[in-house]
Amino acid sequence: MMSGSRIALFAAAALAMGGTAALAQGRTATLDAVKQRGQVICGVNTGLPGFSLPDRQGNWSGMDVDFCRSIAAAIFNDPAKVRFVPTSSVNRFATLQSGEVDVLSRNVTWTLSRDTSLGFNFGPVTYYDGQGFMVRKSLGAKSARDLSGATVCVNQGSTTELNLADFFRTNNMQLKVVSFPTGEESVKAYESGRCDSFTTDVSGLYAERLKMANVSDHIILPEIISKEPLAPAVRHGDDQWFDIVRWVQFALLNAEELGVTRANVDEQLKSTNPDIRRLLGVEGKYGEAISLTNDWAYRVIKANGNYGESFDRNIGANSPLKIERGLNALWSKGGLQFAPPIR
Amino acid sequence: MTDMSALPPTGLVNYVRRDAAQPLPPPANMTGWQGWVRENLLSGPFNIAMTIISAFLLYWIFAPLLNFTIFHAVWTGADREACLITEARPVVGACWPFITERLQYFIYGSYPLDERWRPTIFFALLLVSVAWVLWLNAPRRDIGMLFAFVFTPAVSYWLLTGGNPAFALVGVLALAIDAAGAVFGTVGSILSAIPFIGWILALPFNAVDRALNLIANGGIGGLREALGRGFFWFDLLISAAALAAYVFRNRIRYTEADFRTALTTILGVAVAFGLFVGVTGLDAGLKPVPTNLWGGVLISLIVAFVGIVFSLPCGILLALGRRSKMPAVKLFSVILIEFVRGVPFITVLFMASNMLPLFVPEQYAPDKLLRALIAAAIFASAYMAEVVRAGLQALPKGQYEGAMAMGLGYWQMMRLIILPQALKVTIPNIVNTYIGLFKDTTLVVVVGLFDFLKTIEAARIDPKWAAPTTSATGYMFAAIFYFICCYAMSRYAKATEERLGKADKR
Repeated sequence: MMSGSRIALFAAAALAMGGTAALAQGRTATLDAVKQRGQVICGVNTGLPGFSLPDRQGNWSGMDVDFCRSIAAAIFNDPAKVRFVPTSSVNRFATLQSGEVDVLSRNVTWTLSRDTSLGFNFGPVTYYDGQGFMVRKSLGAKSARDLSGATVCVNQGSTTELNLADFFRTNNMQLKVVSFPTGEESVKAYESGRCDSFTTDVSGLYAERLKMANVSDHIILPEIISKEPLAPAVRHGDDQWFDIVRWVQFALLNAEELGVTRANVDEQLKSTNPDIRRLLGVEGKYGEAISLTNDWAYRVIKANGNYGESFDRNIGANSPLKIERGLNALWSKGGLQFAPPIR
Repeated sequence: MTDMSALPPTGLVNYVRRDAAQPLPPPANMTGWQGWVRENLLSGPFNIAMTIISAFLLYWIFAPLLNFTIFHAVWTGADREACLITEARPVVGACWPFITERLQYFIYGSYPLDERWRPTIFFALLLVSVAWVLWLNAPRRDIGMLFAFVFTPAVSYWLLTGGNPAFALVGVLALAIDAAGAVFGTVGSILSAIPFIGWILALPFNAVDRALNLIANGGIGGLREALGRGFFWFDLLISAAALAAYVFRNRIRYTEADFRTALTTILGVAVAFGLFVGVTGLDAGLKPVPTNLWGGVLISLIVAFVGIVFSLPCGILLALGRRSKMPAVKLFSVILIEFVRGVPFITVLFMASNMLPLFVPEQYAPDKLLRALIAAAIFASAYMAEVVRAGLQALPKGQYEGAMAMGLGYWQMMRLIILPQALKVTIPNIVNTYIGLFKDTTLVVVVGLFDFLKTIEAARIDPKWAAPTTSATGYMFAAIFYFICCYAMSRYAKATEERLGKADKR
C-alpha cells in the first residue's frame, strides 16, 4: 500500500506539473492568443444595472460590456467578437489569474493590494464611484453634513459601514446606524421609513432609487465619502496587452474631448485638427505602436461611440438610471477623466 | 338463514313487526356537503375552533397572495412606467408584463435568437420522452425507453451544440465495430476482441481528429469537444472491459448465461455510445452554439435530467457495491459515497470552475456545463446510493436466503427479488432526492451558468423594469415554476407508490 507521504508527494508533483503547464500557457502573448481564438474573452459582472446586464434577448449591455466591445473593435474591427464570462465577486480574480478571461471589466475597485499581490495591472479608471447617501426630499437635507442625528440604513460588515462611521466621526456628527445583512433589506427598511437615509456606492443608489414607489421623493446627496475607482484589470507580465486595454480607454476619452462621435467619425476623418488626425490614424503610425492597425481608434469609435456616448447610453441622461457625470466628467469640464495625448 | 325465521309465529305477538322496516334516509343535514361539513369541520368544539383558526389562516395567507398576483396585478405594459405607483393606482401588485417581456430570456437564456427553434425541439423531445416513459398505458413502452434514453439525448446534444462533425466518421466506424463485437461476444467467440483491437488501431486517427477539431473550433466548442472525446475514451474502456471479461471468463465463478448477459450488457452500452457519437457527428450545417450562451429553463432542465437519469442506475450500483463482499468494490463505493457526501455540492462546483483552469490550460479544460453536469450526476448518485441501501437493508434476510435457495445467481436475485421490493420501499426517498436535486440545479450559478433562477435575478435588476414590485414578481414566477415541477414529481411518485403498494393493502 502506498504510504500517506508518498501519495502526497505524488499529488504535489502532479499539481506542480499541471501548474507549470498552465504558467507556460499564460506566457504566450495575450494578443496572439486573442487573435488566434478570434475572440476577446471578457470577465463581466453577473448583473449590475448600467454596467453589465443581459437584455431581453440575452445580449450583454452596459458600460463595462461596451468597454469589452471596444477592445474587440480595436483588434478585429468587429465589436461582436467578444465572449462574456459572467463572474461573481467570489471568483472574479481567480478567472483572471487562471487565464480564463483576457480582461476583467467588472466594476473592480482599484486598490494597492489588488494591483500588487494579486498580480494585476489596472487600466485607466472607467468610472469613479464612491459611497453616497440617498434621503427623502421631505427630510430637507441638502448635504451629507446635515445628516447629524439621522438614522442611516447600511449593509452589515461591509466597508460601507466602516466608511460611514469614519465620515460621521471626522465631522463630529451623531450617527444612528441600522444595519442589515443584505442590500435588499436595507433598502426596504429605508423605504418603510425606518431610516432617514440609505448609504451605498452612488451607482447603486441610483439603481435602488428607481425601485422606490415614488422616485422623485428621493434625492442623492452630492457628497461622496469614499474612493471607489472602478477600472479594468489584466494580468501582470504582458505589457503589450496592458497597453492595448489602457489605450482603448484613452482613445474613448480623447474622442469625447475632441468631439469625435459615432455619428460624425467618418466626417472627422477629413478634419484638419492634428489631434483628431492622429487619433483616427490619418496621420502617424500610432496604431502600429500598440501592435494594432493605425485606424484602431476609428474602429472603436465607429463601433460604440466615445466615452461620453457610452456613459449617456448606459448610465447617464439617456438611460433610466440618469447618473450625473460628476467626477466622471472630462477634466476640461470639472471632472477627473483625463487621457494622455496620442502622439 | 334470515332473521324472519327467528321471529315468533304470526298471531302470537301481534305488535311485533313481521318484516324489517325500510331504513329511513339519513337526516338532510347529515348527507351531501352539509353532512361533510358537519362531520369533518364542525364535529365538536375543538374541531370548530380548529376550523375557524384554519379559515382565518387561509384568508390571511391567500387574500394578500391573490391580491398581489391577480387583483392588484398589472397585466400589460412596455417598461417600468406600467408598474409604478401613481395617483390613479396607489396599490400595485405583481408586474406581469415584466415576465412576459423576459419570458424568452427565462426559457432560452442567451441562446442565439435565430437558433431558438433548436432548444424548442429539445423541450418537445423531452416532453414526449417523459410522457412515453412515465405513462403506463402508453403504447410500445419498450420503444419509448429507447426513444427517451438513446434517441432524445443524442438528438438533443446534436441539436443544441450543433453537432460534432469531426467525430462522425470515427463514430460510425466505432458503431460498426462495436456491433460486430457484441454479436461475437454473445456467442462467446474470441472475435469479441475486435472492438478493442479496432480501438487501439483507431487511436492515432482519433488523435489527429482531435487536433483538427481543436484548431477548427479554437477551443470554443467546449462541450462538443469534451463530450466527443469523453465518449471515445469511454467506448475504449467498455471494449477493454468486454475483452477482459472474455479473457478471464474461466476464472469467474459465474454461469455461462450470467457471463453472456454481462457481455451483452457491456457491448450494448458500447453500441449505444457508438450510435450516440454517430448521430451527434452528423454535419447538417447547424451553427455551433457554445454552452456559455445557454441559459434559463434550458440549463435547469438539462442539469436536472442528467442528474436524475444517471443517479438511479449509478446509485443502485454504488449501493450494491457498498454491500458487496468484494473488498475492492466495497472500498471504492464507500470512499466515493462518503467523499461526495462529505463535501458541499457548491464547493465541488466552485473547485471545478476555479481550480481546474489553474492546472489545465484553458482550451483543454472541460466545458463549464459539462463540469456542472458531471458534478450533478456524481452527487445525485452518491445520495441515491444511500437511499437505495436503506431499501436493501429494510428487506428481511429471508428474502435473500429464499432467492439463493431457489438457485438464483447474484444478478438474478437482485433483479427479480431484491431490487423490486427495495426500490418500492424507498420511493418516497428517491423522489425526495430527485426534488432536492432539481432545486439544487440553481447552484450552477457559481460556475457562471445562468440557470432559470439566475436569469430572473439578472432581469429583475434591469433599470428598464425597476419598479417596487418587480423583484417580488420575478421570485413569485420562479416559485410557481419550481412548485409546478416539484409537485408534479411528487404526485407521480405518489401514484406509483399506490400502484406498487396494492399488495400491502388488505
